[in-house]
Amino acid sequence: MEQSAAPAIRLEHVSKWFGKLKVLQDVDLTVNRGEHIVLCGPSGSGKSTLIRCINRIEEVQEGRILVDGVELRGDGRNAEDIRRHVGMVFQQFNLFPHMTALENCMLAPRRIHRIGKDEARARAMGHLERVHLADHAQKYPAQLSGGQQQRVAIARALCMNPDILLFDEPTSALDPEMVKEVLDTMVELADAGITMICVTHEMGFARAVAHRVIFMDRGEILESAPPEEFFSAPRHERARTFLGQILNH
Amino acid sequence: MIREFGFPELLFVLEGARWTILLSALAFVCGGALGLAVALARTARSRALRWGATVYIQIFQGTPLLIQLFFVFFGLPLLGLQLNVWLAVTIGLALHASGYLGEIWRGGIQAVPAGQVEAARALGLGYRSAMIDVVLPQALRISLPATVGFLVNLVKGTALAALLGLTEATRAGQLMSNITFEPLRVYSAVGLVYFAICLPLTLWSARLERRLLRRG
Repeated sequence: MEQSAAPAIRLEHVSKWFGKLKVLQDVDLTVNRGEHIVLCGPSGSGKSTLIRCINRIEEVQEGRILVDGVELRGDGRNAEDIRRHVGMVFQQFNLFPHMTALENCMLAPRRIHRIGKDEARARAMGHLERVHLADHAQKYPAQLSGGQQQRVAIARALCMNPDILLFDEPTSALDPEMVKEVLDTMVELADAGITMICVTHEMGFARAVAHRVIFMDRGEILESAPPEEFFSAPRHERARTFLGQILNH
Repeated sequence: MIREFGFPELLFVLEGARWTILLSALAFVCGGALGLAVALARTARSRALRWGATVYIQIFQGTPLLIQLFFVFFGLPLLGLQLNVWLAVTIGLALHASGYLGEIWRGGIQAVPAGQVEAARALGLGYRSAMIDVVLPQALRISLPATVGFLVNLVKGTALAALLGLTEATRAGQLMSNITFEPLRVYSAVGLVYFAICLPLTLWSARLERRLLRRG
């Protein structure tokens, strides 16, 4: 795709309601190419909803969202085009249970990039290798641990060669001993320079890779700062309370 | 002269059973294709499609199969469509099957976790691929027991075609009973024929279910 000067993602005055409840309040956000953002905040603060709007899994009622300078419009074709270079990794992995790890990774490139079976398999194996799961390519999701399933889900997203990766609490559904393997994989991706927005409470990860930490509460962005600054001197009262809760438990 | 219910008479019933099987298969295939369309309409985004499919399903679930068959057999000729009894019964059974299968598969589609559709959409897959590659394989698996259960009912439902004069297994039995005056023996044989058709279906479904379960 063309290299324009446009930021990777731009949100302008975005508001969203679920019924009467306003879940996003006039959100403005610019994410530059190659930037790694960690989005945190109490549950119900709108952070998952925010990233789900970026690939239009959710629709917004007000404001504009631009991905690579292209505005998200109402029609399906436009949304499909955007999603093809915005990958997403879910809290519950959402692997396709009737397909092997390899087949999970091959499906979208075959259907969307219309590449042949051999090429799709080679690409999928490459990315499974990257998440250290090449040996498990022929297994079904039910035969893999949670951490392994999430790494397959990351490989599946990478197979579409996305410019941007969205992570929606990727380690929240994992047993504690599996969190590290997934975070390590994500750190490796960050080193590769892909644009990332990650909703997570893993503050170690935020310190290691984030260029900026964004704190949300009640649908608003309250603070946006480099991790050192955010962790040592959060400006907002609610951010201090939140950090107190997650760091001292 | 009164005939006995012997081998030639049994053969006549089996001959009829051939049509029972053919009729069931045709109704299932045609009804299945139509039923899939009904299930997709029932789960569509468009409110009009969903509403239309709901009414369609209610009509076929809320009226007796026999009335549906009569409706096609006597109704379509009024519209200027001359049908032979075969075609009429096949169409009637297929329509009936589409209503039931549509509802069964609707349930299967909705039982697939929402995250599956989200993952497919997040990868950029369109509706068609999301359905064919991701949702339907899982939905049909979930619906398999109910689908086979309905298929067994459909096989037995073809017996109503006897009332329209079509010589399938039941009508063949009626004819043999009339000339042998041994209704009990004849209808026992007819019953066994149906049982022999339906039992393998149930066993096959149970095996398939176990295999799919193992794969998780």
